[in-house]
Amino acid sequence: MMRWLFLLVLMALPAWAEEEVVLGLSHDRVSITADFNGSEILIFGAIKRETKIPEGPPLQVIVSLAGPSREETVRRKERRFGIWVNTESVVVDAAPSFYAVATSAPWREAITQTEDLRYRVSIPRAIRSVGAPMSVMNAQAFSDAIIRIRKENGLYQLLENTVAVDQQTLFRTSIKMPANLTEGAYEARIFLTREGRVINQFDTVIDVQKVGLERWLYGLSRSNPMAYGLLSLTIAILAGWGASTAFRMLRNG
Amino acid sequence: MQIFLPIAEVSVNLFLLLGAGTLVGVLSGMFGVGGGFLITPLLFFMGISPAVAVATGANQIVASSFSGLLAHLRRKTVDLQMGVVLLIGGLVGAALGVMLFNYLRSLGQVDLLVRLCYVVFLGIIGTLMFVESLNAIRNTRKGRKAKRHKHNWIHGLPLKMRFRTSGLYISVIPPILVGLAVGVLAAVMGVGGGFIMVPAMIYLLGMPTKVVIGTSLFQIIFVTAFTTMLHAVTNQTVDMPLAVLLLLGGVVGAQIGTVIGLRMKAEQLRILLALLVMLVCAKLGLELVLQPNELFSIAGIGGA
Repeated sequence: MMRWLFLLVLMALPAWAEEEVVLGLSHDRVSITADFNGSEILIFGAIKRETKIPEGPPLQVIVSLAGPSREETVRRKERRFGIWVNTESVVVDAAPSFYAVATSAPWREAITQTEDLRYRVSIPRAIRSVGAPMSVMNAQAFSDAIIRIRKENGLYQLLENTVAVDQQTLFRTSIKMPANLTEGAYEARIFLTREGRVINQFDTVIDVQKVGLERWLYGLSRSNPMAYGLLSLTIAILAGWGASTAFRMLRNG
Repeated sequence: MQIFLPIAEVSVNLFLLLGAGTLVGVLSGMFGVGGGFLITPLLFFMGISPAVAVATGANQIVASSFSGLLAHLRRKTVDLQMGVVLLIGGLVGAALGVMLFNYLRSLGQVDLLVRLCYVVFLGIIGTLMFVESLNAIRNTRKGRKAKRHKHNWIHGLPLKMRFRTSGLYISVIPPILVGLAVGVLAAVMGVGGGFIMVPAMIYLLGMPTKVVIGTSLFQIIFVTAFTTMLHAVTNQTVDMPLAVLLLLGGVVGAQIGTVIGLRMKAEQLRILLALLVMLVCAKLGLELVLQPNELFSIAGIGGA
């Protein structure tokens, strides 16, 4: 209760607080099952206001969805003795495992650079890197590499012009999450902007979790690796024994 | 149909996995090899990280070797004494191998280590097999017989022991060293190591051919089981569903392969296998030598 109150107070802070987000989600939980093949989340909502729609440039909506952040080691290959070998590495302090940002207008119209800096909305801003060793030249290239690699895997997405806004009141967008997701709490943020300035922000969380057998196996492999290893071996030996018995019976009629 | 692998954390096509398992099973049935050296590179090509591929490969070999060993035990073609001596070396080797693996993992070089091992060993074995089977074909055409081995330096070493089933009286040092080498390979490459051990047993130790396969299977099961445990405990990289799926395909494939194998001549089979081994080697080798599309990589599961 207190948290919600606090959030409400926070939301009341921006200058044009008379416009607020009322949000809906197609589902607030993504379950990674054995046949998980990605998920599509529909994010929709309305803009609540007491007064009539202000004059001037139209309202824009930005929706971002961020997976759990963690430290990542990025390595660069170089040619040594004729083969390509990992040489330099940089630890990037925090990079989200998944990051999608959808806007209702071209990026430059949706948000200004200073606002992007403050709210960390764009993909490069979502990654934090401070501790690159001095010996590494061009540490920026390593952060860029994370973005490039994850964009290719569909883990980082910049979706310009994909939020539909009707009459400056209703908005909706859908974000496709690929199959190779990391577990955790995914933070969804919705920003309302006018002339590139953020006037309201709304946050919510989508839980991404392995369920069923997947969850159990993963949990066991971490919490009791000895038992997990023995179970793997038992299954393997039973399968080997079962197969040989089955085929012997088959051959003997 | 996609299936999500909980440890590898990738989604792979179910039929692709079953197909790969079956294909390797057919080959292992045809050629009488464990197939670990084909499974692990196939998993690389599917985008599974080397750390998971190696650990899971070891687990899968336990299953495929176990059914083989049962058959050999029934036929009494296992030299248990020799097996135990090889095993002692193997367990030490596997522990050393996993230590090496984990050390290089912390440096970010495990991917390179695994691939280099594959290129080197597949290259050597493939070429040797190819040359040997070409010679064998030429010799059978001319009607000559292969020479039998004679006494060599092995027989001058101390710590001799009598191996009844094999009819040998030799030092335990060479079998322990052979076991050690195979153990290291099992841990680093996720293979059983039969392709090294079988020639070593025949040519180096002079064991009779009929007990070689059974004895090597005996050693392989324990060494790969030990390796699986070590990887599961230290790296948590054994993917059980992946192992089970590969195994299902492998079990069926092996039976098909055995039938095909019986209809072909041994030399032709070996030339085919040699070509296949060289092909996998060339593909892995090219990936090391050619400039990759993406020079950067993010350390993934198991740090690879």
